[in-house]
Order: sequence, then C-alpha cells, then structure tokens
Amino acid sequence: MGNLWQDYKAAWIAAVAVVIGLMLSVIVVPEDEQAVIVRTGKPVNVYNKFSDKADFGQTDAGIHFRVPLIEQVIRIDKRLLSVDMQQQQVLSTDQQRLNVDAYARYRIVDPIRMVQTAGTADRVTQQLEPILSSSVRQELGKRTFQSLLTAERGQAMENIRKSLDNEAREYGAQIVDVRIKRADLPEGALAAAFVRMEAARQEEAKTVAARGQRDAQIIRADAEAQAAKIYADAFGKDAAFYDFYRAMQSYSVSFGKGDGGKTILLSPDNAYLNHFREP
Amino acid sequence: MAGRNSPWGGGGNDGGDGSAGDGDEPAGDAEPEGKADAGGDKGGDGERRGPRNPWLPSGDTPPPRRSAGIEDIFRNREPRRSGGGGSGGPGRGGPGGGFPNLPRRPDGKSWIPLGVGIAVVVLLGLSSFHMLGPKEQGVVTTLGKYSRTIDSGVSMTLPWPIEQVETADVRSFTVDMIPDNDNEKLMLTSDKSLVDLSYLVRWNIKDLKNYTFRLADPKETVREVAEAAMRASIAQITLGDALSGAGRARVEQDVRERMQRILDGYRSGVSIQGVEIKKADPPAKTKSAFDQVNVAQQESERDRSEARAWAQQVIARAQGDATAFDKVYEQYKLAPEVTKRRMYYETMERVIRDNDTVVAEKGVTPYLPLSELRRKAQAAPGADAAGPGTTVTAPAPRGGQ
Repeated sequence: MGNLWQDYKAAWIAAVAVVIGLMLSVIVVPEDEQAVIVRTGKPVNVYNKFSDKADFGQTDAGIHFRVPLIEQVIRIDKRLLSVDMQQQQVLSTDQQRLNVDAYARYRIVDPIRMVQTAGTADRVTQQLEPILSSSVRQELGKRTFQSLLTAERGQAMENIRKSLDNEAREYGAQIVDVRIKRADLPEGALAAAFVRMEAARQEEAKTVAARGQRDAQIIRADAEAQAAKIYADAFGKDAAFYDFYRAMQSYSVSFGKGDGGKTILLSPDNAYLNHFREP
Repeated sequence: MAGRNSPWGGGGNDGGDGSAGDGDEPAGDAEPEGKADAGGDKGGDGERRGPRNPWLPSGDTPPPRRSAGIEDIFRNREPRRSGGGGSGGPGRGGPGGGFPNLPRRPDGKSWIPLGVGIAVVVLLGLSSFHMLGPKEQGVVTTLGKYSRTIDSGVSMTLPWPIEQVETADVRSFTVDMIPDNDNEKLMLTSDKSLVDLSYLVRWNIKDLKNYTFRLADPKETVREVAEAAMRASIAQITLGDALSGAGRARVEQDVRERMQRILDGYRSGVSIQGVEIKKADPPAKTKSAFDQVNVAQQESERDRSEARAWAQQVIARAQGDATAFDKVYEQYKLAPEVTKRRMYYETMERVIRDNDTVVAEKGVTPYLPLSELRRKAQAAPGADAAGPGTTVTAPAPRGGQ
C-alpha cells in the first residue's frame, strides 16, 4: 500500500479532489422537496418545483448539479404543511362566545418568493398563524352562533381560505384548506349549557310522567265506558226484569251472611209472609 | 502482616502486585511501595497497631496499593504497538499487523482489505433484493426521484445509494381511536347541547405514492380531518339524534364521506374504511338529569300498565255480569212468573236465614231493644257458625243457642 501511495500520489490526490468536487456539485432532490439554487445570495433557479399536474416520476426530482461554493441550495418542503391555530375565543353577532380551534393546510408553490420573504417553511408557518387567527375571528364574528354550528360553516371556511390565501401568496404559499377543528363553549357558557340541559331533561321527565298519568286515566275511563255499554246492552233488553234481578242480587249481598249480626224487622204484611198469614 | 486489621491496608500489596504485575514495569512500580510500607510497620508505630480507618489515606506512607490501571495495561503493549502503528508496510513480516489472530495470505499480506471489499459487495447486493410481506408495498426512488411502486414478493432494485425502497403496510387497516384516552370529549350539537363522544376511524393506504410524498404528517392529518369532520357532522344534528342509534348510523356515514372528500382533496392516498361511534353519552354532569328522564319513562309506563290491568278487570267483570244476566233472562222469558217467584223466595230465604229476624206489628218497632239484640249477637260470634240466624217472633228477645 505504501507503494501504491508512493507511486500514484498525484493520481490519488486527483481522485480525492474529483470525489470532493462531485459531492459539492451534485445535489439529490427527493420527491418531497423543492431545491432553490441561490447564486451568490440571489435565488436563481428551482428544481422539482411544485406543479399540480406533474405526477411523481414525471417531476423534476433526482440529480442536479450546481457550481460549488458559488451556488447554494436551500431545500424546501414540497408536501402539504399545516398551520395550527391556537384556541381562540370568537364572539358571534348575537354576543355569544365560542372557543374555536382551526387549522390550515398549505403548500409552497413559489419557492423563490418564499426564500425571499420568509426563508424557511417554519417561518412561513409562524407568519401565517396570526393571519389565520385574525381571519377566523373576523369571518366568524360576522355570523350568528347558530350559523356557526350548522352547514353555513362551509361558506365561512371558504371565505377564510380565500382571505388567507391572498396573504399567503406573498410568502409563495398556497392555502389548500381551512377547517375548524373544534368549536367549544368557553368555561362559563359550558356550565350554563349544563344547567340548561338539566332543566330540559327535567322538563322532559315531568312531561313524560304527566303523560303517563294522563294515559292511565284515559285507559281507566275507556274501560268504564266500555263496561257501561256492555251493561246497558245486556240489561236494556228488559228494564223491569233487570230491576228485579239486580234487587235480588243486591239483597243477598247487603243482607247476606256477614259478621254484622243484622236484625231484620218484618211486618206481618210483608209480601214474603203472604202465605204465612193464609195459604 | 498479621498486625494489619484492615483488609484494604498495605497487607494486600503482595497478592495485588502479583496479579497485576504481568509485565515488568508495573511490578517494578509497586515493589518499592510494598517495602516502604513494611518498613513503616516494623518501625514500631504504636498507635498504628489498632484498627485503622480504611478510608483515610495512610498519611506518611505512600498510597498502599494501586490496582492495575488502564495505563498500566496499555503500557504493557506499547512496545509492540509502536512497531505496527507506523505503516503496515508489506516488508514487515512476523507477528503483529492489526489483528494477530487472523490468518495471513500466502504472500503475507492481510486479508482485511479483501474481506472488507467482499462484505461491501455482499451488503450492496443484499440491498438490491427486497422481499415484501403480503400486506406491504414499497416505493422505489432512484436518486430521490420516484421510479416505481413494488408489490409484495421479491423485487430487485439497483443497490443502495442509487435506488432506495420505502415499504409500508398498505392493506391492513389502521384503527385510530379518538380521543385516545378515557377523558370526556364534549361536542356541540345543533341545539347547543353537548354530547360526550368517542369514535374509531379505520383507514388504510390506497395510494402509497401519494401517501409517501404528499403530506408532511399523514397520520396526524387523518386524525385532524376526522376531528373536523366529526364535529361538523355532530353540529348538524340534535342531541336526541346524537344519542339515539338511528342518528349515529347517519353520522358515521356522513363523517366517513366527509373525511374521504377532504383527504382526497389533499390527495393524501388514504382510504377511509369506516367510522364507528363507540360511545355517545350525555355529559357526566348532566347524567343524573338524563337518568331522571329514564325513571320518569319507567314510571309512566308502569302507570299505563296498571291502568290497563284495571281496565281489563272492569271489562271482564262487566262481560261476566252481562252474560250471567243474559242467561238468566233467557230462562226468565220462558216462564217469567215462576222464575221471578222462585228467585224472590230463594233470595229471601237466604236473607232471612242468615239474619236475626223479628216479625212485628207496626207500631211495636220503636220499643224493641234492638241495640241489646245486636250486642248479644256480637257476644256469641259462634252463633253464625253453629246454626242459621235466629228468628224472633215475639217481642221477648231470644238469644242465640
């Protein structure tokens, strides 16, 4: 090995120089990155720039070259990035408060502009966050509480997206989507909501109980009416006989065997004693 | 050294030196220490005879014993090292030359460069074979650029630095539980009520290429989209619907479609297989009020049942009475006079037999000691059981037997 080194010293040095040169000048751009070439401080070119149409494989990713030392590479995420908004209190037009949590998804579509204005994707995220929260507050503040909860949200989101997108273009970013992740009642309103829910439940409980009693009453009355009809149908055939029949029943119940020890005082004229007096 | 009580004292020197001193130099170092120590003892320091604190340095004597330090070990080898370190020249024969245990090549050169070369080639070769499990797919990138997607089975690519493969499980479903703990998760419904909801999202990768390259954090994205979609859906229905089974099925379907739409909008390559609401409860703080409704429902149902039971009784009784009357009436019509008389006498018989009876002329009645009679009847309760009622035919009362 010493011989090799000794004999081909110049070649060795040249080879190492070439390898180092290659390492400095070749850049590998993966599919999920965009590479901005900055020549002496000025961004001049972008490799693997985001394009909506190009599918993976037809993009600009892969090996590229640069002039070492003069050109620098800034790698920028090509993927969909997210801006998370801190939870915010929003006041609706009807003076109700709502804690809103939103996020936006964006991607960098103009890396050169982005390098000039923000520098890194993290900075873009940082800059977009206050803009997102102010547009959320502004847009949702124009609506009533009820409409925040319902389908109208869709339109509000689109408006926020548009206004945020206008701002984001300055940073070379495109806002793909804005969504409200959560919309919660703030602490005080939450307690009030619980109380209201409880009251509503109690109302329901009482209604249900009253309805049950009402139904029971109706059922009983119906039964009585039905019974009356049955009696009337049967007994109506001969009112006089019914009178007699029922009297007999009544006598045997009223004067029937009992613990009372009743004493019946019969007059000798009593019909029962007709034949007692004379045959 | 019998006088030494401390096991760490100088007495240990001899043995310690013996074991550490495998080379010349360390043994030579330790020798004077041992001698000086022994001399000190023989000098007859009376106070030293007692038990000695083993932790204190021994003061006037040099440190008693050093175990073989790392320097000592290396000092041993240094002479040998210095020969091999300079240049592994081909002219240098004999022992040494890196790892002494490896065999030499016939010309005396080391196997190492060759071995390393072979290992590198083998590793590179291995990196171009890829065996993917039945559920996996892999994305092949050639110097960063997407080249192709490989499916399960064995595939070949160019070796490592040129082509790289990233595999992922695309066929089995990932199950995300939201929230992933047992805390209460309250959501607003359209009637401004709150519902405590937890749900599962099942998804898999439908397009590995998009999944790998499009999103910064696909897993977190799925969760966030699920959250946004679920809240949007719940905000459109009332609390009652959210708690009931029918409403749930609609929400699940709704959320699934919504999520898929959003994720497709991101071109995330994720396919939502299903959303299941695991739990939809009223908030814990209002639980007792919800229970009250349950209780009220049970109670009202009980009231209704009782009323229905009573109604059945009344109606059945009416029907029984009416039918009985009908039957009697039928017979009565055949022989009205006789039947009527018979019934009259039968009834009267029963009535008179079972009661005390007084037959009296009009006008006598007020003077009868009726109250006394009653008392007598009460005093003899067995009277009824013993026989039929007493018939009194004269003003003078007769008690029961």
